[in-house]
Amino acid sequence: MGRGLTRRLALCAGGALSALAWLMPVRAIADTIRQRLPWGAGQSDRPDRIDDRPGYIFLTPAEAAFIEAATARLIPSDSTGPGAIEADVPRFIDRQLAGLYGGGDHFYLQAPFPNGLPTQGWQMPAPAEVYRAAIPAIDRWATATYGRPFAALDPATQDAALKALEDGKAELGATNAKAFFVLLLQNTLEGYFGDPIYGGNRDMGAWRMIGFPGARYDLRPYVSRFGEPYSLPPVGISGRPEWRRRG
Amino acid sequence: MAEPIVDVVIVGFGWTGAIMAEALTAAGLSVLAFERGGWRTAPNDFATTFDQDELRYMWRHHLFQNVAHTTLTFRNKPDQAALPMRRLGSFLPGAGVGGGGVHWNGQVWRFLPSDFKARSHNIERYGADAVNANDMTVQDYPVTYEELEPHYDRFDKLCGVSGKAGNLNGTIQPGGNPFEGPRSHEYPNPPLIMTYGPSLFAKAAADVGYHPFPHPAANMSRPYTNPLGVQLAQCTYCGFCEKFGCGNDSKSSPQTTILPVLMPRPNFTLRTYCEVMKVELTRDRKHATGVSYVDENGTLRFQPANMVILSAFMLENVRLMLLSGIGPPYDPKTGTGTVGKNYSYQITSSVNVFYDDKITNPFIGAGALGMIIDDFNGDNFDHRGLGFIGGGYLGALNTGARPIETHPVPDKTPKWGAEFKRAVAANYLKTVPIVTHGAVMSHRNNYVDLDPTWRDRLGRPMLRMTFDFTDNEHKMSDYLTEKAAQIGRAMGGREIKVNKRSGDYDISPYQTTHTTGGAIMGADPKSGAINRYLQSWDVPNVFVAGANAFPQNAGYNPMGTVAALSYLSLDAIVNRYLKSPGPLVDA
Repeated sequence: MGRGLTRRLALCAGGALSALAWLMPVRAIADTIRQRLPWGAGQSDRPDRIDDRPGYIFLTPAEAAFIEAATARLIPSDSTGPGAIEADVPRFIDRQLAGLYGGGDHFYLQAPFPNGLPTQGWQMPAPAEVYRAAIPAIDRWATATYGRPFAALDPATQDAALKALEDGKAELGATNAKAFFVLLLQNTLEGYFGDPIYGGNRDMGAWRMIGFPGARYDLRPYVSRFGEPYSLPPVGISGRPEWRRRG
Repeated sequence: MAEPIVDVVIVGFGWTGAIMAEALTAAGLSVLAFERGGWRTAPNDFATTFDQDELRYMWRHHLFQNVAHTTLTFRNKPDQAALPMRRLGSFLPGAGVGGGGVHWNGQVWRFLPSDFKARSHNIERYGADAVNANDMTVQDYPVTYEELEPHYDRFDKLCGVSGKAGNLNGTIQPGGNPFEGPRSHEYPNPPLIMTYGPSLFAKAAADVGYHPFPHPAANMSRPYTNPLGVQLAQCTYCGFCEKFGCGNDSKSSPQTTILPVLMPRPNFTLRTYCEVMKVELTRDRKHATGVSYVDENGTLRFQPANMVILSAFMLENVRLMLLSGIGPPYDPKTGTGTVGKNYSYQITSSVNVFYDDKITNPFIGAGALGMIIDDFNGDNFDHRGLGFIGGGYLGALNTGARPIETHPVPDKTPKWGAEFKRAVAANYLKTVPIVTHGAVMSHRNNYVDLDPTWRDRLGRPMLRMTFDFTDNEHKMSDYLTEKAAQIGRAMGGREIKVNKRSGDYDISPYQTTHTTGGAIMGADPKSGAINRYLQSWDVPNVFVAGANAFPQNAGYNPMGTVAALSYLSLDAIVNRYLKSPGPLVDA
């Protein structure tokens, strides 16, 4: 290794320092592992518990009104099973946007953000920022088009407005209506069908509706029972409501 | 801060890195592996008490490469501006110890003997035009199926693959894949117990005249002890396998097949959360002196080594070659240069079958559980008049119908609202998915290079991917999809839904993680960046292991062939290279 290389490495190291400090995950600790098979007794990378106190953390009252109204149309309440509201989807979206996902911890977010081709995928800031910008833009557009903010429209008009977002026909200025709709629908389905530990899918109502058994460890007894419904009720990572101590 | 020299530095500690490290430490070499992510083990990182979590692992990418740290830029055509992949979607590489081997499905395939002769075989059967159409740059491998067979067999045994042989030493076996190349041995474990949906598919496929067989699976059909003495447990069919870590040690991974034996060896060292910046070369660029890397404090260090193995997944392997100046970069305008050439992928589609009267419980699953037909893969069928070369397998797989991702509804159902909800509730338990998994040939304008604009957090150019499907892929995928629909219709359901893959390649929806090429193997330095032993033609003490070696992709999951090529390389390193370091093939 020559002198030139050493200098080049030193220059590079200076540039690397500042960039790395904020990008490395919190638990990143460089480790030299020799002649051992590391295992942390009593440690596990379990999901964090959400803040399950009532109310919203991220959403403002106006944003919450939009999210409640919109998700209620995406998955309505009816006799088939719970709607998005009964499944606590708005709370799920709120906690997601307040958390690491909202901040875009698994997104590449360096500017600039030129408009891309549809095939080039997500070209927006972090999800929380997208919601914060999109909701007032939608309410302005809804007021201009239908005379009221989205949440104040009747259900049929709300459906028409959502369809206009889905088709990219709503003019929202800097917000890409189509991309926002895809995000909103995806997050709604996540809250509806995801594990209740994240604040949605209350009492696993969506899983009961479709017959998904949830976080089961062993399905071997059922593999060969062709055509038979699975007989046990669903279970989440944190168990079932009836397992919890009351009082 | 000079570090002591080691015999071998390994860059990237997934499947390939672990295979390499195990064999080279067994040969007595001192081996140091670098991994950009952390140590991961089932009880701590994906235990059975919390690993069945669709949101966290699939949709929040908990075990995948984080694009906030490492990403690439993408465009379909060379005249477009590439933009960063800001979110993972189409493919899901791993990061951390075990790499993608932690969250893969365990689909272990061998390529067909004719796949290794994709150019000469197709020219012989269909003429030169069939191979040169669409600016295709298809090449033969500089190795044959017969040479790789013992190495495929070695990986089958390491993983304890569950399956049924279809061709044992040239004799066709009932119940297996009659189209496969000859195997020297039966699979080490019998097939998984088949679920209802794939059983319905298999019956219909056989009725139509095709040849169904169980998908070969690195999911254990019974408890297994591999040749290294590592034990795996029987699969519980929990349905959280693909895109998840297995908490039950029932899916083969570096953790469940190699690490318990490798890690205690005194001549092996692993450094986690260290990212290799580049391979350092002598001034004449003909010899690697080691690698430079940064740890999590941003400290840049130099690690000297006698030999460097790149095993950081094909995307980072190719980028490291370009960043280090190993080999001539590919230029699509002139067709010269090799590094970055023939980036390829796969093309997928699906068909859903809906029943009124059959509860199929599609949530019962394992990563590679299903029934397959191979009648339309590679050159297993006559392509005359079809206008394409290549093919793929198709079949019904029960990989676990986790409901955020999987809630199939009949054709023309809205994507939301009351009708959508009713359709999901009515159909979730009564469906069978049929998937097609097709090859993508190599094309002049599908390649990777260094992006001229976008840089990563360490100031290095990102890799730039230029890729699109061509007429060959669309015709082939439509053909496979129609065969899937034909079987779907024969399955006796109420209706089917056909999900074709049309239009330009889109980087958002998940398709497969089978990205290939970019540092392909060739018979000489003009036709590939590496030789048949994965050795750089330009810097002979650098070996580049991974699917980067494929001259074009085949219609199979790549890991079996990636492992077989690695073992072929290891035999040459241990038996020949160590005695006389230098080129293993004369240029």
